Amino acid sequence: MSRPPSSFRKPNPLLDLLRARQVRFGLVLSVLVVAFALLGPLFAPHAPTDLVGITYGPPSLDAPLGHDYIGHDVWSRVLAGGVSVVWMSLVSAVLALTAGTALGLLAAFARRRVDQTIVWFTDVFLAFPDLILVLLIVSMLGREHWIIVLTVAVAFAPGVVRLSRGIALGVVNQEFVEAAEMMGYPRGRILFREILPSILTPLLVHLGIMLTWAIGMLSGLAFLGYGVAPPAADWGLMINENRAGLLIQPAAVFGPVLLIALFALGTNLLAEGVGRVTSRIEEKTT
Amino acid sequence: MSAIAVDRPVFRQTDLHYGGAVDHAGAGRACDGVVPQAASARLSVRGLRVQIAGGVDVVSDVSFDVAAGRIVGLVGESGSGKTTVASALLGHVRHGARIVEGRIEVAGTDLLSLPESALRAVRGRVVAHVAQDPATTLNPLLRIGTHMHEVLEVHEPALGRREREARILEVFAEVGLPAESGFLKRFPHQLSGGQQQRVLLAQAFVLKPQLIVLDEPTTALDVSTQAKVLTTIRTLCGQHGVAAVYVSHDLAVVRELVDDVIVLYAGRIVEAAPLTALFAAPAHPYSQGLLAAIPDVAERRALQPIPGQAPAPGTRPAGCAFAPRCPLRSDACAMQVPGLVRVGAQQRAACLRLDAGPAFRIEPAGAARAVVRSSGDALLEVAQIDAWYGERQVLHNVALSLDAGECVAVVGESGSGKTTLARALAGLGEHANGTVRYRGKALSLRARERSPDVRHQIQYIFQNPYRALNPRHTVGDTLITAVRHFFAVDRAEARRRAEAVLARVSLQPTLLDAYPRELSGGERQRVAIARALVCEPQLLICDEITSALDVSVQATILALLRELQAGGLSILFVTHDLGVVRALADRVVVLRDGRVVEHGAVDDVLDHPFAAYTRQLVDHSPSLIERAQRPDKAPRIVRYAR
Repeated sequence: MSRPPSSFRKPNPLLDLLRARQVRFGLVLSVLVVAFALLGPLFAPHAPTDLVGITYGPPSLDAPLGHDYIGHDVWSRVLAGGVSVVWMSLVSAVLALTAGTALGLLAAFARRRVDQTIVWFTDVFLAFPDLILVLLIVSMLGREHWIIVLTVAVAFAPGVVRLSRGIALGVVNQEFVEAAEMMGYPRGRILFREILPSILTPLLVHLGIMLTWAIGMLSGLAFLGYGVAPPAADWGLMINENRAGLLIQPAAVFGPVLLIALFALGTNLLAEGVGRVTSRIEEKTT
Repeated sequence: MSAIAVDRPVFRQTDLHYGGAVDHAGAGRACDGVVPQAASARLSVRGLRVQIAGGVDVVSDVSFDVAAGRIVGLVGESGSGKTTVASALLGHVRHGARIVEGRIEVAGTDLLSLPESALRAVRGRVVAHVAQDPATTLNPLLRIGTHMHEVLEVHEPALGRREREARILEVFAEVGLPAESGFLKRFPHQLSGGQQQRVLLAQAFVLKPQLIVLDEPTTALDVSTQAKVLTTIRTLCGQHGVAAVYVSHDLAVVRELVDDVIVLYAGRIVEAAPLTALFAAPAHPYSQGLLAAIPDVAERRALQPIPGQAPAPGTRPAGCAFAPRCPLRSDACAMQVPGLVRVGAQQRAACLRLDAGPAFRIEPAGAARAVVRSSGDALLEVAQIDAWYGERQVLHNVALSLDAGECVAVVGESGSGKTTLARALAGLGEHANGTVRYRGKALSLRARERSPDVRHQIQYIFQNPYRALNPRHTVGDTLITAVRHFFAVDRAEARRRAEAVLARVSLQPTLLDAYPRELSGGERQRVAIARALVCEPQLLICDEITSALDVSVQATILALLRELQAGGLSILFVTHDLGVVRALADRVVVLRDGRVVEHGAVDDVLDHPFAAYTRQLVDHSPSLIERAQRPDKAPRIVRYAR
């Protein structure tokens, strides 16, 4: 059977994504903030813990954003204080996604007992407010970075389980999965090669949204004093440290606030944009 | 039996059994059918052109007339533009498309010049539409009465509730629904598929429209229900003097119903003719090909596939769109678009090679192979299978056997349990149990409990080729994985085998790198068959594998299966289509409500059915051959009295 020469453009999902303005905007914003956080420490004029001025000292040539509550250079601390937020939010979101997806897939595929057990546990976890759960664990186990990252991941994972199980339920009944089952392919292959690729897109969108939540939660934890310990620089922590001097030296609060807001906005725009574009693609092809 | 051309006298029969409605239609038959001319036409379409984004034509230059009381069949395969034309008759095109040219006049009103608000008043009142699938058209949360009252409330607000109800009950009686107030209180899910479709008909007829557009309204129904609904449509159109346009991909169904046929191909009319003329002497090569590709319940035919596939909008060739697939094409065909020319009294066709003789002929194949029971054991011996769907038992003690190299068809209407049976045998029988022997050894109904050696010998092909292939894997991935799963070969050898198997199902080896979304339905089904073949099966279980495909594509798939069977493969073929059974199977098992009601050699069962149910199935299956014209069949000899 001969095929007619196809004049259709081969769909390139990446190009389609970049064509959407929201996606481009979100991507640029996120990359800029991440670059600022990662490269910032290299350009800081002072070490974040150096005492170089007076309490809430005004901006000067040496310190463009002024000084904070004990005389650190605010500009240096802003440059240095992003790394922790960026890596911690990224790692916790990825961890939550990986663990949640694995459990969700398993639940959808195995059904019956396994499904019931997993769903029961996620429901119990979901009943706990995220922040309370994290506060509880952190105040019991300490405020090491990796504990904070793990607990945030644990707080987010149940949502991922629900989501991935829900989407996977629509895929596991598809005939190509039954065909694989009938061929007797190994179960791991069916889960990760047959089913996972079909549910990946919405999960990646969810990753972006979780990233936004994680930024908010980590900043919030730092603000409440359960995150990064002083005197280390951290955007969330800086807000708390300098809130007393908000009227005298607003830059010490609004600098970190602005960066946190931009990062959250960027990741959220990116995730929502990708979600919109892909759902439109699916609409077109089916 | 010698080869018989399409113009054999058998087809020259003009009187069709339309039941009581013939008289009404007879009045209309006096005037000239679809050939555009009459000013008295109820519906008149002129030069209709519909484009999608990018200025690509979906429908080009379509003109036809329908007189009051007549039914015109709009026939074409997927992508032919038939649904686009049908919705244009309501002044509507789907999102992204645009009517760029043409006139559509219904009872003297030019629909396309009306503003949207006036158009809304016209829809339903002047032009009614009956949709394909009642299950999705009726709102599951609204009672039947609410559906009906709504139509009248919108279009005839002056009527009181009592009067409305009287009208509704009147039309219910006409469409063959119980004319009782109690029935109006039911919800759609409490009705059978046939009743739901009758509700849609009632919605369409209650306003006594001038024109009614029926978009494949019987595809979702079983043959028996379909036959009854068709009769109802016929009677109603005659009684009310409504002009009707019946859209369908199925020529056999059209034949039971319409007065005139318009054949669409690639968005153009290729042939327009009165029903009898079209079936007696189709003029256009495409019409001839369609007729030759339809399997018939009354006669075993050598199905002839039309080579190639229908072009999608945007890829249609210059000149005659059918030329690349036409055995009669000449150089001129690629240069100019043929216009409709008069062939017979009322028959027109758009072809430059009309004199070159039929491009496809209907040729009967020899009788089904005589069933010879080998002395040895059967390949597959189903002693008994029971299956449950929740609490309900869907298979009751079903037994059948299948010899090596044999094709056994399992036939039944929806709900007969035929798919459950096929799935259980394929190893997806989660809720089934029974005693099955394969090559003399016990066979589990769960694939995982079978040995790899048995698993690769029994392969299953799904009904829907759009869901059977993983959309994220290339054709090559799918095939190579299957090879390497069952056979210890390296990647290069697996790829070589995958290429070889693609050649066996007539696909290009370059398709190895294609994703399923780049393939047409027929190509996907071939890939699915290729996936089964690459496992070197002994037994192929096919579950309605052609029901999602167009007629001409179905013919190519059936031809392929026949070829495989000739190569020694055993096939268990599940279907609801008795025409396909006749074309393919050696023996047939008829299932009803999970029980075997009859089994035997195909010719025996279809020509001399014992069970009343089988007889009813055969009688209701649409056929292109007149009952009176069918040759006498040899008497049935009972061979299975064991």
